[in-house]
Amino acid sequence: MSQDKEIKFLEDKARHIRRLIIRMLVKAGSGHPGGSLSCADIITALYFKALRHKPNEPAWPGRDRFHLSKGHCCPALYAALSEAGYFSEEHLWTLRRLGSILQGHPDRRTPGVEVASGSLGQGLSVALGMSLAGRMDNKDYRVYCLMGDGETQEGNVWEAAMACSHYKCDNLCAVIDCNGLQIDGCIGEIMSLEPIGDKWRSFCWNVLEINGHSMPEILKAFEAAKAVKGRPSIVIARTTKGKGVSFMENVLEFHGRAPTKEEAEKALKELE
Amino acid sequence: MYQRDVYGQTLIEIGRKDPNLVVLDADLSGSTRTCLFAKEFKSRFFNFGVAEQNMMAASAGLASCGKTVFVSTFAIFAAGRALDQIRNTAAYNNFNVKIVATHAGVSVGPDGASHQALEDIALMRLIPYMKIIAPCDGPQTKDAVWAAYNTPGPVYVRLGRPKVPTIPGRGPFKFGEAEVLTNGKDVSIIACGIMLKQALDAAAILEKEKVNCRVINIHTIKPIDAKTLIDAARQTKGLVVCEEHTIVGGLASAVDEVVSENHPARVIRVGVRNRYGQSGEPEELLNEYQLSVNDIVSACKKVL
Repeated sequence: MSQDKEIKFLEDKARHIRRLIIRMLVKAGSGHPGGSLSCADIITALYFKALRHKPNEPAWPGRDRFHLSKGHCCPALYAALSEAGYFSEEHLWTLRRLGSILQGHPDRRTPGVEVASGSLGQGLSVALGMSLAGRMDNKDYRVYCLMGDGETQEGNVWEAAMACSHYKCDNLCAVIDCNGLQIDGCIGEIMSLEPIGDKWRSFCWNVLEINGHSMPEILKAFEAAKAVKGRPSIVIARTTKGKGVSFMENVLEFHGRAPTKEEAEKALKELE
Repeated sequence: MYQRDVYGQTLIEIGRKDPNLVVLDADLSGSTRTCLFAKEFKSRFFNFGVAEQNMMAASAGLASCGKTVFVSTFAIFAAGRALDQIRNTAAYNNFNVKIVATHAGVSVGPDGASHQALEDIALMRLIPYMKIIAPCDGPQTKDAVWAAYNTPGPVYVRLGRPKVPTIPGRGPFKFGEAEVLTNGKDVSIIACGIMLKQALDAAAILEKEKVNCRVINIHTIKPIDAKTLIDAARQTKGLVVCEEHTIVGGLASAVDEVVSENHPARVIRVGVRNRYGQSGEPEELLNEYQLSVNDIVSACKKVL
């Protein structure tokens, strides 16, 4: 596939994943659209380009590891897993139901989910463990971990940040979906994080700052991260919460409220 | 013998056998004795510095890749500081994470309250999939560490700080099976960890007063050996439960729960009563917190 075609394919895929997110959430009646939509491009880039994986063999030992630390945005992950072929699409319509393989936050009962998440701030530590295991086993898999920006207010994240650079985890690439909002308001008003890049640079990480909705920039960042040796990389992806649905973009309410039927119809039209 | 020394040595034994064994510590490897493993298997030991939460969550990442992970620090920092990481990340995934926590109870001594875990058994009992072993002496520590290794899923092993005497006349260790050391019919004394020695000393005093005690070493607290406890409730006049832990939620509660559901009997708790620890020598503290041999003797007399 030519590069332009590939970008177009990924952008179309991301749009389709956004549609699935809206359809899952309206059916479930609860969940987190804002952050799922903001990370949809990143997750699409991972599952349809960056990750080395075999959807029909989720436990394949050579697979790259992906851990969704911002677990509440699992609709984006579930949509990508289903599209990639880990399980059939019909499961998406059981999200958050009793007995479903798709829990409200990631769980190992879902094919493709490595480690459960939901309690924020622990995912980078999990990724660190995966990274150390890969090195011990002389495996060349890479480890990706997606965090939210609000999530990095957790102290555990900085313990992990310190340890990943101490152990020179160059097989690890973290991503922060910086959509600028958290449940109670703007991150700058609730608990400031800026300058985010400088914080990670001071922890000796290779920092890549990008537009998290630009597919070429996302792919370029993952490639650049691969080339860096001796330290972990982090992609600071600037995003828009609710991206792709005009009335959800930057609207706090849609952090944790599912769309109504009418809202979903409107959203799906915008995402055609 | 120090339980901690036995732990470090046992890690080396397991490490020689299993290349997938990984050991983590949080700047206390000299005290927990994981340093013994670290010396022999440098590439399979990771020091996390003073960052227990990161260590505990990272253990889950390692375990997800097929490693059996032993994680050590003091009990207060393992079960307390990193509780959410244990609950949501290590245990919820049912990973092979073995938490071997040292310095449990008031017998930590001079370091005082902040370092004396009195609630760790309760906290670990609350977590589904978690198993708990509190061995009574050096040799049983070796058995407990092997059992933790051989038992799938998360396990919490509780060790103390001080040197402990070896309990004579014990049989083989069986995970999940309590050990009846003396088969008396008057009163049952149920104990774990260093309290087993106190229980045996109390039984010896009572023996002189023609009271026959059934001393039960309940090294595995979860899953608990219900049959041995129900037999004790049926066959003796009551149960005295001894633990270096708060009387709420720990071994005594576990015994209470089994007995009250199956064969209600008198249960007297010898443990710490809604207090923090403090500085002092271990022996002084055991007296201060009513965990002494005499306290057990008095408790037994309440039953009779």
